[in-house]
Amino acid sequence: MSLDALAIRKDFPIFETEAHGKALVYLDSAASSQKPRQVIDRMVRFYETEYANVHRGIYELGEKATAAFEGARESCRRFIGAPSTRSIIFTRGTTEAINLVRFTWARENVKEGDEIVVTEMEHHSNLIPWQLLVAETGATLRVLPIDNDEHRLRMDLIDDVINEKTKLVCVGLMSNVLGTINPIREIADKVHAVGGRIMVDAAQAAPHLKFDVTELDADFLAFSGHKMCGPTGIGVLFGKEELLEEMPPFHGGGEMIREVWTDRATWADLPNKFEAGTPAVAQAVGLGSAIEYLEGLGMDNIRAHEIEITRYALAKLTEIDAVIYGPRNAEDRGGVIAFGLPEVHPHDMATIVDQEGVCIRAGHHCAQPLMRCLGVPATARASFYVYNTEDDVDAMIVALEKSKGWFA
Amino acid sequence: MVRVSLEELYKEVILDHYRAPRNKGRLDPYDVALERNNPLCGDEIELFLKFDGDDLQGIAFDGKGCSISQASASMMTEKVKGLSAADARAVAESIKRMMAGEEEGDDKELEDLVSLKGVTKYPVRIKCALLGWNTLVEALDESGKAPAETS
Repeated sequence: MSLDALAIRKDFPIFETEAHGKALVYLDSAASSQKPRQVIDRMVRFYETEYANVHRGIYELGEKATAAFEGARESCRRFIGAPSTRSIIFTRGTTEAINLVRFTWARENVKEGDEIVVTEMEHHSNLIPWQLLVAETGATLRVLPIDNDEHRLRMDLIDDVINEKTKLVCVGLMSNVLGTINPIREIADKVHAVGGRIMVDAAQAAPHLKFDVTELDADFLAFSGHKMCGPTGIGVLFGKEELLEEMPPFHGGGEMIREVWTDRATWADLPNKFEAGTPAVAQAVGLGSAIEYLEGLGMDNIRAHEIEITRYALAKLTEIDAVIYGPRNAEDRGGVIAFGLPEVHPHDMATIVDQEGVCIRAGHHCAQPLMRCLGVPATARASFYVYNTEDDVDAMIVALEKSKGWFA
Repeated sequence: MVRVSLEELYKEVILDHYRAPRNKGRLDPYDVALERNNPLCGDEIELFLKFDGDDLQGIAFDGKGCSISQASASMMTEKVKGLSAADARAVAESIKRMMAGEEEGDDKELEDLVSLKGVTKYPVRIKCALLGWNTLVEALDESGKAPAETS
Protein backbone atom coordinates (compact mmCIF):
# COMPACT_ATOMS: atom_id res chain seq x y z
CA MET A 1 0.00 0.00 0.00
CA SER A 2 1.26 3.39 -0.89
CA LEU A 3 -0.50 4.88 2.10
CA ASP A 4 -0.57 3.50 5.61
CA ALA A 5 -4.35 3.49 5.81
CA LEU A 6 -4.33 1.92 9.28
CA ALA A 7 -2.26 4.81 10.61
CA ILE A 8 -4.42 7.31 8.72
CA ARG A 9 -7.56 5.86 10.34
CA LYS A 10 -6.23 7.05 13.70
CA ASP A 11 -6.56 10.63 12.43
CA PHE A 12 -10.33 10.15 12.04
CA PRO A 13 -12.22 10.15 15.35
CA ILE A 14 -15.33 8.66 13.72
CA PHE A 15 -13.57 5.29 13.61
CA GLU A 16 -13.61 5.22 17.39
CA THR A 17 -17.39 4.82 17.15
CA GLU A 18 -19.23 1.62 16.35
CA ALA A 19 -22.15 0.79 14.07
CA HIS A 20 -24.61 -1.75 15.44
CA GLY A 21 -21.96 -2.84 17.91
CA LYS A 22 -19.47 -3.58 15.14
CA ALA A 23 -16.42 -1.75 13.86
CA LEU A 24 -17.43 0.99 11.46
CA VAL A 25 -16.69 0.17 7.82
CA TYR A 26 -17.34 3.42 5.98
CA LEU A 27 -17.66 2.92 2.24
CA ASP A 28 -19.66 6.01 1.31
CA SER A 29 -16.99 8.67 0.94
CA ALA A 30 -18.29 9.53 -2.54
CA ALA A 31 -21.35 10.95 -0.75
CA SER A 32 -19.27 12.68 1.89
CA SER A 33 -15.93 11.93 3.47
CA GLN A 34 -15.17 11.64 7.15
CA LYS A 35 -13.12 14.37 8.84
CA PRO A 36 -9.63 14.08 10.31
CA ARG A 37 -8.81 15.42 13.77
CA GLN A 38 -6.48 17.96 12.12
CA VAL A 39 -9.37 19.65 10.31
CA ILE A 40 -11.74 19.50 13.26
CA ASP A 41 -9.06 20.92 15.58
CA ARG A 42 -8.18 23.67 13.10
CA MET A 43 -11.79 24.85 13.00
CA VAL A 44 -12.11 24.73 16.77
CA ARG A 45 -8.86 26.66 17.19
CA PHE A 46 -10.05 29.22 14.65
CA TYR A 47 -13.30 29.76 16.56
CA GLU A 48 -11.52 29.83 19.91
CA THR A 49 -8.61 32.12 19.09
CA GLU A 50 -8.88 33.78 15.66
CA TYR A 51 -12.54 34.36 14.93
CA ALA A 52 -13.99 37.64 13.71
CA ASN A 53 -15.68 38.70 10.51
CA VAL A 54 -13.36 39.02 7.53
CA HIS A 55 -12.34 42.00 5.38
CA ARG A 56 -13.77 44.47 7.89
CA GLY A 57 -12.03 44.75 11.22
CA ILE A 58 -9.22 47.22 11.69
CA TYR A 59 -8.45 45.40 14.92
CA GLU A 60 -5.88 42.61 15.15
CA LEU A 61 -8.43 39.83 15.55
CA GLY A 62 -10.14 40.80 12.32
CA GLU A 63 -6.77 40.73 10.59
CA LYS A 64 -6.07 37.26 11.97
CA ALA A 65 -9.40 35.96 10.73
CA THR A 66 -8.89 37.53 7.31
CA ALA A 67 -5.40 36.08 7.07
CA ALA A 68 -6.71 32.58 7.88
CA PHE A 69 -9.57 32.96 5.38
CA GLU A 70 -7.36 34.27 2.58
CA GLY A 71 -4.74 31.66 3.43
CA ALA A 72 -7.38 29.02 2.73
CA ARG A 73 -8.07 30.66 -0.62
CA GLU A 74 -4.39 30.40 -1.46
CA SER A 75 -4.43 26.70 -0.50
CA CYS A 76 -7.35 26.16 -2.88
CA ARG A 77 -5.51 28.01 -5.65
CA ARG A 78 -2.39 25.90 -5.19
CA PHE A 79 -4.42 22.67 -4.97
CA ILE A 80 -5.96 23.09 -8.44
CA GLY A 81 -3.09 24.95 -10.08
CA ALA A 82 -4.98 28.20 -10.66
CA PRO A 83 -2.83 31.15 -11.73
CA SER A 84 -4.29 33.56 -9.17
CA THR A 85 -6.46 33.66 -6.05
CA ARG A 86 -8.59 36.18 -7.97
CA SER A 87 -10.12 33.19 -9.75
CA ILE A 88 -10.96 31.32 -6.55
CA ILE A 89 -14.51 32.08 -5.43
CA PHE A 90 -15.82 30.54 -2.24
CA THR A 91 -19.33 29.12 -2.55
CA ARG A 92 -21.52 26.84 -0.45
CA GLY A 93 -20.40 23.93 -2.56
CA THR A 94 -20.29 22.57 -6.09
CA THR A 95 -24.02 23.03 -6.63
CA GLU A 96 -23.94 26.72 -5.79
CA ALA A 97 -20.79 27.18 -7.87
CA ILE A 98 -22.47 25.71 -10.95
CA ASN A 99 -25.60 27.76 -10.35
CA LEU A 100 -23.44 30.87 -10.06
CA VAL A 101 -22.22 30.24 -13.61
CA ARG A 102 -25.78 29.64 -14.73
CA PHE A 103 -27.08 32.92 -13.30
CA THR A 104 -24.17 35.11 -14.38
CA TRP A 105 -22.07 33.97 -17.33
CA ALA A 106 -24.76 31.82 -18.94
CA ARG A 107 -27.51 34.43 -18.65
CA GLU A 108 -25.32 36.92 -20.47
CA ASN A 109 -23.97 34.56 -23.08
CA VAL A 110 -26.61 31.95 -23.90
CA LYS A 111 -29.40 32.89 -26.30
CA GLU A 112 -32.17 31.20 -28.18
CA GLY A 113 -30.76 28.79 -30.75
CA ASP A 114 -27.54 28.18 -28.80
CA GLU A 115 -26.68 24.74 -27.52
CA ILE A 116 -25.57 23.56 -24.09
CA VAL A 117 -23.94 20.14 -23.89
CA VAL A 118 -24.22 17.80 -20.90
CA THR A 119 -23.33 14.12 -20.61
CA GLU A 120 -25.45 11.13 -19.80
CA MET A 121 -23.41 10.47 -16.65
CA GLU A 122 -23.72 13.92 -15.08
CA HIS A 123 -24.65 14.32 -11.45
CA HIS A 124 -27.96 16.19 -11.16
CA SER A 125 -26.03 19.24 -9.92
CA ASN A 126 -24.40 19.61 -13.35
CA LEU A 127 -27.61 18.83 -15.24
CA ILE A 128 -30.61 20.51 -13.61
CA PRO A 129 -29.14 24.07 -13.68
CA TRP A 130 -28.72 23.67 -17.45
CA GLN A 131 -32.21 22.25 -17.93
CA LEU A 132 -33.51 25.33 -16.14
CA LEU A 133 -31.30 27.62 -18.23
CA VAL A 134 -32.46 26.25 -21.58
CA ALA A 135 -36.09 26.50 -20.46
CA GLU A 136 -35.47 30.16 -19.65
CA THR A 137 -33.45 31.10 -22.74
CA GLY A 138 -34.82 28.92 -25.52
CA ALA A 139 -31.41 27.30 -25.98
CA THR A 140 -31.19 23.56 -26.64
CA LEU A 141 -29.72 20.90 -24.37
CA ARG A 142 -27.58 18.33 -26.17
CA VAL A 143 -26.53 15.11 -24.46
CA LEU A 144 -23.30 13.25 -25.05
CA PRO A 145 -24.25 9.60 -24.44
CA ILE A 146 -22.21 6.81 -22.88
CA ASP A 147 -21.50 3.39 -24.37
CA ASN A 148 -23.18 0.21 -23.18
CA ASP A 149 -20.00 -1.67 -22.44
CA GLU A 150 -17.79 0.14 -19.93
CA HIS A 151 -20.07 3.18 -19.79
CA ARG A 152 -17.57 5.72 -21.08
CA LEU A 153 -18.42 8.91 -22.93
CA ARG A 154 -19.07 8.30 -26.61
CA MET A 155 -16.16 10.42 -27.78
CA ASP A 156 -16.81 9.16 -31.33
CA LEU A 157 -19.94 11.34 -31.32
CA ILE A 158 -18.31 14.44 -29.94
CA ASP A 159 -17.92 16.25 -33.26
CA ASP A 160 -21.64 16.01 -33.80
CA VAL A 161 -22.66 17.01 -30.28
CA ILE A 162 -20.17 19.87 -30.01
CA ASN A 163 -20.60 22.21 -32.96
CA GLU A 164 -20.74 25.88 -33.97
CA LYS A 165 -23.86 26.40 -31.87
CA THR A 166 -22.25 25.07 -28.68
CA LYS A 167 -21.92 27.75 -26.00
CA LEU A 168 -21.06 25.60 -23.00
CA VAL A 169 -20.12 21.99 -22.30
CA CYS A 170 -20.85 20.75 -18.76
CA VAL A 171 -19.00 17.62 -17.78
CA GLY A 172 -17.75 15.87 -14.67
CA LEU A 173 -14.05 15.09 -14.32
CA MET A 174 -14.88 11.86 -12.47
CA SER A 175 -18.27 10.14 -12.37
CA ASN A 176 -19.71 9.80 -8.87
CA VAL A 177 -21.35 6.51 -9.86
CA LEU A 178 -19.11 4.81 -12.39
CA GLY A 179 -15.83 6.32 -11.30
CA THR A 180 -15.06 7.01 -14.96
CA ILE A 181 -12.36 9.63 -15.44
CA ASN A 182 -13.36 11.74 -18.41
CA PRO A 183 -10.97 13.24 -21.02
CA ILE A 184 -11.55 16.86 -20.03
CA ARG A 185 -8.68 18.38 -21.99
CA GLU A 186 -9.79 16.70 -25.20
CA ILE A 187 -13.35 17.98 -24.69
CA ALA A 188 -12.07 21.45 -23.73
CA ASP A 189 -10.04 21.66 -26.95
CA LYS A 190 -13.11 20.68 -28.98
CA VAL A 191 -15.38 23.28 -27.41
CA HIS A 192 -12.73 26.01 -27.51
CA ALA A 193 -12.26 25.34 -31.22
CA VAL A 194 -15.89 26.35 -31.80
CA GLY A 195 -15.70 29.32 -29.45
CA GLY A 196 -17.57 27.73 -26.54
CA ARG A 197 -16.68 27.26 -22.88
CA ILE A 198 -16.39 24.28 -20.55
CA MET A 199 -17.77 23.89 -17.01
CA VAL A 200 -16.05 21.06 -15.14
CA ASP A 201 -17.71 19.42 -12.13
CA ALA A 202 -14.74 18.27 -10.07
CA ALA A 203 -16.69 17.43 -6.90
CA GLN A 204 -15.87 13.74 -7.24
CA ALA A 205 -12.36 14.21 -8.62
CA ALA A 206 -10.90 16.80 -6.26
CA PRO A 207 -10.63 14.49 -3.22
CA HIS A 208 -8.92 11.72 -5.17
CA LEU A 209 -7.08 12.98 -8.23
CA LYS A 210 -4.38 15.56 -8.78
CA PHE A 211 -5.33 17.92 -11.59
CA ASP A 212 -4.40 21.36 -12.81
CA VAL A 213 -7.00 23.77 -14.20
CA THR A 214 -4.47 25.26 -16.58
CA GLU A 215 -3.52 21.86 -18.01
CA LEU A 216 -7.21 20.96 -18.31
CA ASP A 217 -7.85 24.37 -19.89
CA ALA A 218 -11.06 24.54 -17.85
CA ASP A 219 -13.02 27.79 -18.12
CA PHE A 220 -14.99 27.02 -14.97
CA LEU A 221 -14.42 24.26 -12.43
CA ALA A 222 -16.21 23.53 -9.18
CA PHE A 223 -15.57 21.35 -6.14
CA SER A 224 -16.86 20.87 -2.60
CA GLY A 225 -15.06 20.72 0.74
CA HIS A 226 -17.09 17.99 2.37
CA LYS A 227 -16.03 15.20 0.02
CA MET A 228 -12.34 15.91 0.64
CA CYS A 229 -11.98 15.82 4.43
CA GLY A 230 -13.29 19.37 4.80
CA PRO A 231 -16.51 20.69 6.34
CA THR A 232 -19.91 21.03 4.70
CA GLY A 233 -21.14 24.39 3.48
CA ILE A 234 -17.99 25.37 1.61
CA GLY A 235 -16.84 24.85 -1.96
CA VAL A 236 -15.00 26.62 -4.71
CA LEU A 237 -15.74 27.96 -8.12
CA PHE A 238 -12.68 28.47 -10.25
CA GLY A 239 -13.17 30.68 -13.30
CA LYS A 240 -10.73 32.09 -15.80
CA GLU A 241 -10.03 35.62 -14.69
CA GLU A 242 -10.98 37.25 -17.99
CA LEU A 243 -14.40 35.56 -17.85
CA LEU A 244 -15.02 36.44 -14.21
CA GLU A 245 -14.09 40.07 -14.90
CA GLU A 246 -16.81 40.38 -17.51
CA MET A 247 -19.50 38.56 -15.58
CA PRO A 248 -22.20 40.42 -13.66
CA PRO A 249 -22.43 39.76 -9.91
CA PHE A 250 -24.39 36.76 -8.59
CA HIS A 251 -25.84 37.76 -5.21
CA GLY A 252 -26.02 41.39 -4.17
CA GLY A 253 -25.17 42.58 -0.68
CA GLY A 254 -22.26 43.52 1.49
CA GLU A 255 -18.71 42.50 0.66
CA MET A 256 -19.28 42.45 -3.12
CA ILE A 257 -19.43 46.24 -3.61
CA ARG A 258 -16.94 49.03 -4.11
CA GLU A 259 -19.12 52.16 -3.87
CA VAL A 260 -22.81 52.36 -3.13
CA TRP A 261 -25.36 55.09 -3.66
CA THR A 262 -29.06 54.73 -2.94
CA ASP A 263 -29.79 54.10 -6.60
CA ARG A 264 -26.67 52.33 -7.86
CA ALA A 265 -23.41 50.67 -6.95
CA THR A 266 -20.09 49.54 -8.36
CA TRP A 267 -18.60 46.14 -7.77
CA ALA A 268 -15.66 44.95 -5.77
CA ASP A 269 -12.65 43.38 -7.44
CA LEU A 270 -12.35 39.66 -7.92
CA PRO A 271 -13.00 37.43 -6.15
CA ASN A 272 -15.13 39.47 -3.72
CA LYS A 273 -17.52 40.54 -6.49
CA PHE A 274 -19.02 37.05 -6.23
CA GLU A 275 -18.95 36.70 -2.45
CA ALA A 276 -21.87 38.74 -1.13
CA GLY A 277 -22.52 38.65 2.60
CA THR A 278 -20.43 37.18 5.39
CA PRO A 279 -18.82 34.07 3.93
CA ALA A 280 -18.52 30.67 5.59
CA VAL A 281 -15.31 31.78 7.25
CA ALA A 282 -14.55 28.84 9.55
CA GLN A 283 -15.59 26.37 6.85
CA ALA A 284 -13.16 27.98 4.42
CA VAL A 285 -10.42 27.70 7.03
CA GLY A 286 -11.42 24.05 7.50
CA LEU A 287 -11.21 23.44 3.75
CA GLY A 288 -7.75 25.00 3.68
CA SER A 289 -6.74 22.67 6.48
CA ALA A 290 -8.20 19.67 4.63
CA ILE A 291 -6.14 20.56 1.57
CA GLU A 292 -3.00 20.73 3.70
CA TYR A 293 -3.90 17.34 5.16
CA LEU A 294 -4.35 15.78 1.71
CA GLU A 295 -1.17 17.41 0.41
CA GLY A 296 0.64 15.99 3.43
CA LEU A 297 -0.47 12.49 2.41
CA GLY A 298 0.35 13.29 -1.20
CA MET A 299 -2.34 13.28 -3.90
CA ASP A 300 -0.29 10.82 -5.97
CA ASN A 301 -0.11 8.45 -3.00
CA ILE A 302 -3.86 8.81 -2.46
CA ARG A 303 -4.51 7.94 -6.08
CA ALA A 304 -2.16 4.94 -5.94
CA HIS A 305 -3.85 3.69 -2.75
CA GLU A 306 -7.29 3.99 -4.32
CA ILE A 307 -6.24 2.17 -7.46
CA GLU A 308 -4.96 -0.70 -5.32
CA ILE A 309 -8.06 -0.96 -3.18
CA THR A 310 -10.37 -0.54 -6.17
CA ARG A 311 -8.57 -3.29 -8.06
CA TYR A 312 -8.91 -5.54 -5.00
CA ALA A 313 -12.61 -4.73 -4.60
CA LEU A 314 -13.36 -5.26 -8.31
CA ALA A 315 -11.79 -8.73 -8.08
CA LYS A 316 -13.66 -9.62 -4.87
CA LEU A 317 -17.00 -8.37 -6.19
CA THR A 318 -16.48 -10.38 -9.36
CA GLU A 319 -15.91 -13.49 -7.22
CA ILE A 320 -19.38 -13.13 -5.68
CA ASP A 321 -20.96 -12.59 -9.11
CA ALA A 322 -21.73 -8.92 -8.68
CA VAL A 323 -22.68 -6.93 -11.76
CA ILE A 324 -20.18 -4.07 -12.00
CA TYR A 325 -20.86 -0.86 -13.89
CA GLY A 326 -18.21 1.35 -15.45
CA PRO A 327 -14.62 0.73 -16.55
CA ARG A 328 -13.20 -2.68 -15.60
CA ASN A 329 -9.66 -1.41 -15.19
CA ALA A 330 -8.95 0.25 -11.82
CA GLU A 331 -6.51 2.68 -13.45
CA ASP A 332 -9.33 4.11 -15.56
CA ARG A 333 -11.62 4.92 -12.68
CA GLY A 334 -11.74 6.55 -9.30
CA GLY A 335 -12.27 4.67 -6.05
CA VAL A 336 -16.00 4.25 -6.51
CA ILE A 337 -17.80 1.13 -7.68
CA ALA A 338 -21.47 0.92 -8.58
CA PHE A 339 -22.65 -2.66 -8.56
CA GLY A 340 -25.60 -4.97 -8.18
CA LEU A 341 -26.24 -8.50 -7.00
CA PRO A 342 -28.71 -10.40 -9.18
CA GLU A 343 -30.56 -11.82 -6.17
CA VAL A 344 -30.64 -8.82 -3.82
CA HIS A 345 -32.12 -5.38 -4.39
CA PRO A 346 -29.68 -2.56 -3.49
CA HIS A 347 -31.89 -1.26 -0.62
CA ASP A 348 -32.12 -4.67 0.96
CA MET A 349 -28.39 -5.04 0.49
CA ALA A 350 -27.67 -1.70 2.18
CA THR A 351 -29.97 -2.50 5.12
CA ILE A 352 -28.47 -5.93 5.67
CA VAL A 353 -24.81 -4.93 5.38
CA ASP A 354 -25.49 -2.00 7.72
CA GLN A 355 -26.23 -4.55 10.43
CA GLU A 356 -22.61 -5.66 10.00
CA GLY A 357 -21.37 -2.10 10.43
CA VAL A 358 -20.83 -1.63 6.68
CA CYS A 359 -22.04 1.68 5.19
CA ILE A 360 -22.68 1.50 1.45
CA ARG A 361 -25.00 3.61 -0.64
CA ALA A 362 -28.09 2.32 -2.41
CA GLY A 363 -30.13 4.38 -4.82
CA HIS A 364 -29.74 6.48 -7.93
CA HIS A 365 -26.78 8.52 -6.62
CA CYS A 366 -28.23 11.79 -7.98
CA ALA A 367 -27.81 10.46 -11.52
CA GLN A 368 -31.22 9.23 -12.67
CA PRO A 369 -30.54 9.55 -16.42
CA LEU A 370 -27.47 7.35 -15.91
CA MET A 371 -29.56 4.75 -14.03
CA ARG A 372 -31.99 4.67 -16.93
CA CYS A 373 -29.09 4.13 -19.28
CA LEU A 374 -27.79 1.26 -17.13
CA GLY A 375 -31.32 -0.17 -17.20
CA VAL A 376 -31.75 -0.29 -13.42
CA PRO A 377 -33.73 1.90 -11.02
CA ALA A 378 -30.94 1.82 -8.47
CA THR A 379 -27.52 0.35 -7.76
CA ALA A 380 -25.42 -0.27 -4.70
CA ARG A 381 -22.26 1.78 -4.48
CA ALA A 382 -19.08 1.36 -2.48
CA SER A 383 -16.55 4.17 -2.47
CA PHE A 384 -13.11 4.30 -0.94
CA TYR A 385 -10.86 6.92 0.54
CA VAL A 386 -7.59 7.35 2.38
CA TYR A 387 -8.81 5.53 5.49
CA ASN A 388 -10.14 2.40 3.79
CA THR A 389 -8.26 -0.88 3.77
CA GLU A 390 -8.59 -4.23 2.07
CA ASP A 391 -10.08 -5.42 5.37
CA ASP A 392 -12.97 -3.02 4.77
CA VAL A 393 -13.54 -4.61 1.37
CA ASP A 394 -13.44 -8.07 2.96
CA ALA A 395 -15.98 -7.01 5.60
CA MET A 396 -18.26 -5.73 2.83
CA ILE A 397 -17.94 -8.96 0.86
CA VAL A 398 -18.81 -11.09 3.90
CA ALA A 399 -21.81 -8.85 4.61
CA LEU A 400 -22.92 -9.00 0.98
CA GLU A 401 -22.79 -12.80 1.10
CA LYS A 402 -25.06 -12.63 4.15
CA SER A 403 -27.50 -10.45 2.23
CA LYS A 404 -27.65 -13.10 -0.48
CA GLY A 405 -28.57 -15.63 2.18
CA TRP A 406 -31.79 -13.78 2.97
CA PHE A 407 -33.10 -14.07 -0.55
CA ALA A 408 -31.70 -17.46 -1.54
CA MET B 1 -29.23 2.60 19.99
CA VAL B 2 -31.62 -0.29 20.35
CA ARG B 3 -30.49 -3.28 18.37
CA VAL B 4 -33.21 -4.41 16.00
CA SER B 5 -32.83 -7.78 14.39
CA LEU B 6 -33.19 -8.23 10.68
CA GLU B 7 -35.75 -10.94 11.38
CA GLU B 8 -38.19 -8.22 12.36
CA LEU B 9 -37.80 -6.54 8.98
CA TYR B 10 -37.52 -9.56 6.74
CA LYS B 11 -40.32 -11.65 8.19
CA GLU B 12 -41.03 -14.89 6.37
CA VAL B 13 -44.34 -13.57 5.07
CA ILE B 14 -42.60 -10.55 3.52
CA LEU B 15 -39.97 -12.73 1.87
CA ASP B 16 -42.74 -14.98 0.59
CA HIS B 17 -44.66 -12.12 -1.02
CA TYR B 18 -41.38 -10.81 -2.48
CA ARG B 19 -40.46 -14.17 -4.00
CA ALA B 20 -43.97 -14.90 -5.25
CA PRO B 21 -45.84 -11.61 -5.59
CA ARG B 22 -49.65 -11.85 -5.82
CA ASN B 23 -51.56 -9.92 -8.48
CA LYS B 24 -48.33 -8.93 -10.20
CA GLY B 25 -48.57 -7.70 -13.74
CA ARG B 26 -50.80 -5.43 -15.77
CA LEU B 27 -54.58 -5.41 -15.71
CA ASP B 28 -56.46 -5.08 -18.96
CA PRO B 29 -59.01 -3.64 -19.16
CA TYR B 30 -58.67 -1.29 -16.21
CA ASP B 31 -60.39 1.85 -14.98
CA VAL B 32 -57.41 3.57 -13.36
CA ALA B 33 -53.69 3.09 -13.92
CA LEU B 34 -51.18 5.10 -11.93
CA GLU B 35 -47.39 5.05 -11.91
CA ARG B 36 -45.44 6.29 -8.92
CA ASN B 37 -41.90 6.02 -7.63
CA ASN B 38 -39.78 6.86 -4.64
CA PRO B 39 -37.59 9.62 -6.03
CA LEU B 40 -34.87 9.02 -3.48
CA CYS B 41 -34.38 5.33 -4.03
CA GLY B 42 -35.87 4.51 -7.40
CA ASP B 43 -38.55 2.03 -6.32
CA GLU B 44 -41.23 1.99 -8.99
CA ILE B 45 -44.81 0.81 -9.03
CA GLU B 46 -47.62 0.91 -11.54
CA LEU B 47 -51.03 0.17 -10.06
CA PHE B 48 -54.12 -0.91 -11.99
CA LEU B 49 -57.66 -0.75 -10.62
CA LYS B 50 -60.83 -2.21 -12.13
CA PHE B 51 -64.20 -1.42 -10.57
CA ASP B 52 -67.53 -3.17 -10.54
CA GLY B 53 -69.79 -0.35 -9.43
CA ASP B 54 -68.04 0.96 -6.32
CA ASP B 55 -66.25 -2.29 -5.63
CA LEU B 56 -62.63 -3.00 -6.45
CA GLN B 57 -63.20 -6.00 -8.64
CA GLY B 58 -59.61 -6.16 -9.84
CA ILE B 59 -56.27 -4.81 -8.71
CA ALA B 60 -52.77 -5.52 -9.98
CA PHE B 61 -49.35 -3.95 -9.72
CA ASP B 62 -46.23 -3.93 -11.79
CA GLY B 63 -42.89 -2.51 -10.87
CA LYS B 64 -39.35 -2.89 -9.68
CA GLY B 65 -38.06 -2.31 -6.22
CA CYS B 66 -36.77 -3.66 -2.98
CA SER B 67 -38.33 -6.57 -1.11
CA ILE B 68 -40.23 -4.26 1.25
CA SER B 69 -41.83 -2.14 -1.47
CA GLN B 70 -42.78 -5.11 -3.62
CA ALA B 71 -43.99 -7.35 -0.77
CA SER B 72 -46.04 -4.53 0.71
CA ALA B 73 -47.70 -3.87 -2.64
CA SER B 74 -48.40 -7.59 -3.08
CA MET B 75 -50.01 -7.87 0.37
CA MET B 76 -51.99 -4.72 -0.34
CA THR B 77 -53.57 -6.13 -3.48
CA GLU B 78 -54.65 -9.26 -1.58
CA LYS B 79 -56.07 -7.19 1.24
CA VAL B 80 -58.15 -4.71 -0.73
CA LYS B 81 -59.30 -6.81 -3.66
CA GLY B 82 -63.10 -7.09 -3.56
CA LEU B 83 -63.52 -4.27 -1.04
CA SER B 84 -65.58 -1.21 -1.77
CA ALA B 85 -63.53 1.81 -2.79
CA ALA B 86 -64.35 3.48 0.53
CA ASP B 87 -63.26 0.45 2.55
CA ALA B 88 -60.06 0.12 0.52
CA ARG B 89 -59.28 3.75 1.29
CA ALA B 90 -59.96 3.18 4.98
CA VAL B 91 -57.51 0.25 5.05
CA ALA B 92 -54.86 2.30 3.24
CA GLU B 93 -55.27 5.25 5.60
CA SER B 94 -55.06 2.93 8.57
CA ILE B 95 -51.83 1.33 7.29
CA LYS B 96 -50.37 4.79 6.72
CA ARG B 97 -51.21 5.74 10.32
CA MET B 98 -49.73 2.49 11.58
CA MET B 99 -46.48 3.08 9.68
CA ALA B 100 -46.34 6.61 11.06
CA GLY B 101 -46.61 5.16 14.56
CA GLU B 102 -49.96 6.85 15.15
CA GLU B 103 -51.98 3.67 15.39
CA GLU B 104 -51.34 0.19 16.76
CA GLY B 105 -53.43 -1.72 14.24
CA ASP B 106 -55.55 -4.76 15.00
CA ASP B 107 -53.39 -7.81 14.36
CA LYS B 108 -56.38 -10.00 13.54
CA GLU B 109 -57.74 -7.62 10.93
CA LEU B 110 -54.29 -6.91 9.53
CA GLU B 111 -53.53 -10.56 8.79
CA ASP B 112 -50.31 -10.70 6.69
CA LEU B 113 -49.96 -6.93 6.99
CA VAL B 114 -48.91 -7.34 10.64
CA SER B 115 -45.52 -8.10 9.18
CA LEU B 116 -45.19 -4.45 8.13
CA LYS B 117 -44.96 -3.42 11.79
CA GLY B 118 -41.34 -4.57 11.82
CA VAL B 119 -40.55 -2.05 9.09
CA THR B 120 -41.38 0.84 11.44
CA LYS B 121 -38.20 -0.04 13.35
CA TYR B 122 -36.22 0.80 10.21
CA PRO B 123 -37.28 4.42 9.58
CA VAL B 124 -35.47 4.71 6.24
CA ARG B 125 -37.48 1.78 4.88
CA ILE B 126 -40.96 3.07 5.81
CA LYS B 127 -41.14 4.93 2.50
CA CYS B 128 -40.57 1.63 0.70
CA ALA B 129 -43.46 -0.02 2.53
CA LEU B 130 -45.78 2.90 1.82
CA LEU B 131 -45.15 3.29 -1.91
CA GLY B 132 -47.98 0.93 -2.88
CA TRP B 133 -50.40 2.31 -0.33
CA ASN B 134 -49.79 5.94 -1.27
CA THR B 135 -50.28 5.01 -4.90
CA LEU B 136 -53.55 3.26 -4.03
CA VAL B 137 -54.89 6.33 -2.25
CA GLU B 138 -54.02 8.51 -5.22
CA ALA B 139 -55.56 6.02 -7.64
CA LEU B 140 -58.75 5.97 -5.58
CA ASP B 141 -58.77 9.78 -5.68
CA GLU B 142 -58.51 9.60 -9.42
CA SER B 143 -61.33 7.06 -9.67
CA GLY B 144 -63.70 9.44 -7.88
CA LYS B 145 -65.27 6.39 -6.21
CA ALA B 146 -64.08 7.07 -2.68
CA PRO B 147 -63.86 10.75 -1.88
CA ALA B 148 -61.38 11.62 0.86
CA GLU B 149 -62.97 12.27 4.24
CA THR B 150 -63.57 15.94 4.68
CA SER B 151 -63.13 15.97 8.44
